[in-house]
Amino acid sequence: MTMFAVAMIAVLVSLALAMVRAIAGPTLFDRVLAVNSTGTLAVLALAVIGFVTGRPEFLDIAILYTLLNLVGTIAVLRYFHPSEN
Amino acid sequence: MLYFASAVIITYGFWLVLSGHYTSTLMIIGAVSSVAVVALASRMAVIDREGHPIYLLGRATWYWPWLIWQIIKSGIDVSRIILSPSLPISPTLINVKASQKTVVGVVTYANSITLTPGTVSVEVEDNEITVHAITRAGATDLAAGDMDRMVTKFEGGAPS
Amino acid sequence: MAILVDILSWFFLVAGGAFCIIGMVGVLRMPGMFARLHAASVTDTLGAGFIIIGLILQAGFTLVSAKLIIIMGLILLTSPVATHALAQAALHAGNRPKVAHDETGGHIAGEDEPSNS
Repeated sequence: MTMFAVAMIAVLVSLALAMVRAIAGPTLFDRVLAVNSTGTLAVLALAVIGFVTGRPEFLDIAILYTLLNLVGTIAVLRYFHPSEN
Repeated sequence: MLYFASAVIITYGFWLVLSGHYTSTLMIIGAVSSVAVVALASRMAVIDREGHPIYLLGRATWYWPWLIWQIIKSGIDVSRIILSPSLPISPTLINVKASQKTVVGVVTYANSITLTPGTVSVEVEDNEITVHAITRAGATDLAAGDMDRMVTKFEGGAPS
Repeated sequence: MAILVDILSWFFLVAGGAFCIIGMVGVLRMPGMFARLHAASVTDTLGAGFIIIGLILQAGFTLVSAKLIIIMGLILLTSPVATHALAQAALHAGNRPKVAHDETGGHIAGEDEPSNS
């Protein structure tokens, strides 16, 4: 149980650092990068929460979140992609 | 037809792993829905040699461990750069040739470059990939072409 | 045997957590957007991979492990796609990366003539 707590704390600290970059990041792409990392870390947090609480149902949410993370990033980037050349 | 069958089997395996309940009703529902999903996908013409490259599965058994070893090595290098107080980076932009013959091969090569920490493929066009590397050493390692040869062998071309 | 598995998963979970923090510290420290991409990919590959391996060792040979392997495969397949899309979009939006060594001669793959911006 202690090992899951250690991993959880590490993931939460990383999430806080990613949030700092998302708020500070000077350009739009810095923010998208930070949000993409936040998504990956959220998947890890969900997986670890599943082990801490002993409820592996959280893993299904983690699988869904992995896919939504990609779709979200691509959607934001498509919107800002200069398609008119 | 081979690709259709293998896609159905993989989709059904995914259903079985996610479901976790093995009653006959649920297993029949799963079989029906995986056939329906693959039928819809094949109407979109994505179940073919390029969209569902099942023939690479055997060669992945030696390519993926090699790639994971490369990822671990360069990940430790990048971590050392991040942790050193002087931040010794020398960003480099370089063009590398991709010697793969198929689209799947070039995509595999570009994604392998991006997956390895320290190098990111910025732009891909035909057989040329523009790569941004965090250090000059990483760029010259990539230009030496080890990964290019491995991906060409993985894709099934003649190893040069 | 159980103690060995516990030690191994301690190692993987601590290493994964450390790589997650290192990657995000890199995202804060690195100058410029393209340099930050490299730091973020440490978190995406080594951090996520090691934490999930540690969890697999704790779960044993069960359905939970199969789901964790699926999550790891999806992360390893989707993260380079997102990173490449980000780098390409940043380049096309006019952010030329600041580089110490430009060995392309100003030629980016897919552009016809060398640009001199």
